[in-house]
Amino acid sequence: MKPLLEVNGVSRFFGGLAAVTGVSFSVKKGEILGLIGPNGAGKTTLFNVVNGFYPPSRGEVLFKGKRISGLKPHQICRLGVARTFQVVKPLQRMSVLDNVIASAFVRANSRARADEIAIEALRFTGLYDDRDVISKGLPLGKRKRLEIARALATQPEMILFDESCAGLNPTELGHSIEIIRKIKERGLTIMVIEHHMKVIMSISDRIVVLNYGEKIAEGTPAEITANPLVIEAYLGASQGA
Amino acid sequence: MKRILPPVILVLLALLPLLGLSSYWMHIFILVIMWAVIGMAWNLLGGYCGQVSFGHAAFFGVGAYTAGILYNKAGLSGWWGLPLSIVAVTASALVIGFICLRLRGPFFALGTLAMGVILRVTTENLRSLTEGDLGIMIRERTWTEKTWYFYIILSIAASTYFVVRKVIESKLGYYFVAIREDQDAAESLGINTTFYKNIALCLSAVITGIAGAFYTNYMGYIDPKVVFALHDISIVTIMVVMVGGVATFWGPAVGAVIMVLLAELIRSIPKLGAAHHTLFGILLIVIIIFLPNGIVGDLPKLRKIFRLGRTS
Amino acid sequence: MTSSQIEVLLQTLISGLLLGGLYALIGIGMTLIMGVMKIINLAHGELMMVGMYVAFVLFSSFHVDPYLSVFVAVPVLFILGVLLQKFLINPVLKVEAIIPENQVILTVGIGMVLANVATIIFTSDYKSTPVEYATKAWYLSDIWKETPIELSLSMPWSVSFLLAIIITVLLWFFLTKTDMGKSIRATAQDKDAALLMGVNVERLRVFTFGLGSALVGAAGCLLLPIYYLYPDLGGQFTLIAFVITILGGLGSTVGAIIGGIILGIFESLTSTYVGMGWAPVGRFVIFVAALIFFPGGIVAILKRKRFGK
Repeated sequence: MKPLLEVNGVSRFFGGLAAVTGVSFSVKKGEILGLIGPNGAGKTTLFNVVNGFYPPSRGEVLFKGKRISGLKPHQICRLGVARTFQVVKPLQRMSVLDNVIASAFVRANSRARADEIAIEALRFTGLYDDRDVISKGLPLGKRKRLEIARALATQPEMILFDESCAGLNPTELGHSIEIIRKIKERGLTIMVIEHHMKVIMSISDRIVVLNYGEKIAEGTPAEITANPLVIEAYLGASQGA
Repeated sequence: MKRILPPVILVLLALLPLLGLSSYWMHIFILVIMWAVIGMAWNLLGGYCGQVSFGHAAFFGVGAYTAGILYNKAGLSGWWGLPLSIVAVTASALVIGFICLRLRGPFFALGTLAMGVILRVTTENLRSLTEGDLGIMIRERTWTEKTWYFYIILSIAASTYFVVRKVIESKLGYYFVAIREDQDAAESLGINTTFYKNIALCLSAVITGIAGAFYTNYMGYIDPKVVFALHDISIVTIMVVMVGGVATFWGPAVGAVIMVLLAELIRSIPKLGAAHHTLFGILLIVIIIFLPNGIVGDLPKLRKIFRLGRTS
Repeated sequence: MTSSQIEVLLQTLISGLLLGGLYALIGIGMTLIMGVMKIINLAHGELMMVGMYVAFVLFSSFHVDPYLSVFVAVPVLFILGVLLQKFLINPVLKVEAIIPENQVILTVGIGMVLANVATIIFTSDYKSTPVEYATKAWYLSDIWKETPIELSLSMPWSVSFLLAIIITVLLWFFLTKTDMGKSIRATAQDKDAALLMGVNVERLRVFTFGLGSALVGAAGCLLLPIYYLYPDLGGQFTLIAFVITILGGLGSTVGAIIGGIILGIFESLTSTYVGMGWAPVGRFVIFVAALIFFPGGIVAILKRKRFGK
């Protein structure tokens, strides 16, 4: 079976600095792929390339066999790739429901249909009771879930989660992990950046490790924890810090 | 209650000329309604979509000159400017949008400001088409009475209100506000931000341009310094919305009433007349510091202040 | 090209360069304020106008040479800028509002008040400052008798140009050699990092606004012997400063200098070869071209060269 998403030799430079160099991997339909690496390893940059915020300096990204690198984020979203942001970006002065309705319009032809999709996404993420709250006033945990609800409302085939669990307390963490699992059960494909090692090891089917913008390892959680390169990258990073 | 308020106000306004008001008061009403139209137009782009334009005089001027040139060069009635300004203004909005909408936030504001000035200077210099500084005079006035002008601008205002309301309650409205709140988030949620910003700009520009074309017919004389004025058009437009209420349906109307009356009041006091920009400037500063969302937008805040005043 | 055509061209380039030097000084004030505070000061030209009136009053009442009034105008404008930032702009930056550009609109209000107050005090008449060297000039034929073409260098223009360069160099020393200057540059590059390094950003903002105002006030004094003075002249210089800032790249002093000179020369060429009235259009043609073709301005091009990417 052809992979859903293929990243082929992607590099991205800023000025003269390389944030990502020659990274290749693929994501199979229905799996959860974890993306890990020390701070500044280029994970979010890679998301920004897949999602279309930055065109790759070299290489290409294919979604369902079609080249998507070079397209705008809104086009990529329309093709079925949604994302969340590490630094949450709710539409501050809109209510939670309006936030989700705005993203549901990507596929909905009418206001009624958009409402329907939005309410479904809010129920799914457990935010239905907060629907009338102005999103600026939500606590962090719920704002992170709002990001997920908005991504879901665009009815994607694949979602990129950028640290949707960072900064959460254990209860909230549990909620988010459960939501991600439920999304997988729906048959969606997921790529996730996460610092929380326990979380990433428990939810990922496969893991790709980046260090200084390069891929240093790829494999199942068990293989990754045993990989000397990965251990060195993390230990080296912590010793250096 | 809320649903019937707009038609009630419309009917009340429509009955106004029957009161036999003096020509001066009719003039004031016409100005108020015209400014409300321009304010609503600006609000669509600035208040809802978050693209603050400092150059709406550009669209007002293009509309005004479309009417003026049609009269002066093509020998048509200036009223043809109303429909035809839509074409001219859309064209200029697309060009201005192409240049300015790649800028974000304050830089968009400054880009549009520059566009307004470019259009003014160009109009001043293209003498063969625009008569330059001499301006264009409409020699035959359509009506000597103000009543019909009043009804025309009133129907323009009613249609504008209706259009703005419909747009804001639809998908477009959601997209505009999403763009205002966070462009990157909007883009990643599948919203073609460039496209929708252009739509907001064109809609806003066209309505402003129609007001400009009306102005030519109503005032009977235009010149570049008047219709492309930075302070007296572009900035006053912003003030109308800021004073009334940003991103509210009624804000521009409230702001228009206050601004026009204030301007007339200042002008009627002989010594103050020269200082009217100072007073406008101070009003603007006070509003921004104390009521940043305008009178309608900060209504809850105002109520609180008054209630506090009463209890203490 | 005949020799008279060459003469016109060279003369145009010279006056463009001189004009550009002054433009650069006006632009530096704005780019500093924009770079450090990420705020746009649309009262910039009006502040220059205030500086010009300070020099004008000193000249007409006490016969102080406009060039000497720099020493008065700079502190006056510095204080004015500090007060504006402290009591009007800083409070607005803290107010939560739907439109983030409130601060820009605020400076428009400030500009309106300044221009209007000037009109009330000085009337809207055009004022000129009849310094005795106003029409003096140096001619190429004075030094080189058998020159095939004749070029002239206006004395007030050249003096203003030289002073503009001196002020710029002083500013450069201040920005690179003093602690205050270094923290200004650090804040312009990365506000959060500057905060971490213990820079008092609030105080720095106030100081920078004062500095930007003082610079443009000094520019006003240098312009006075050359230009007519009237209360509404500020607006066009705000725009000029803004065009230079976009052309040069935000927050970059070097960019502002190059941008100012490019703009000066281009405007001079437009008024010679297209017509006086079109000079402002020429200004904006450059602006639009910069926006479309060089987003990020001259600085971005320089950087790209340096990194080879």
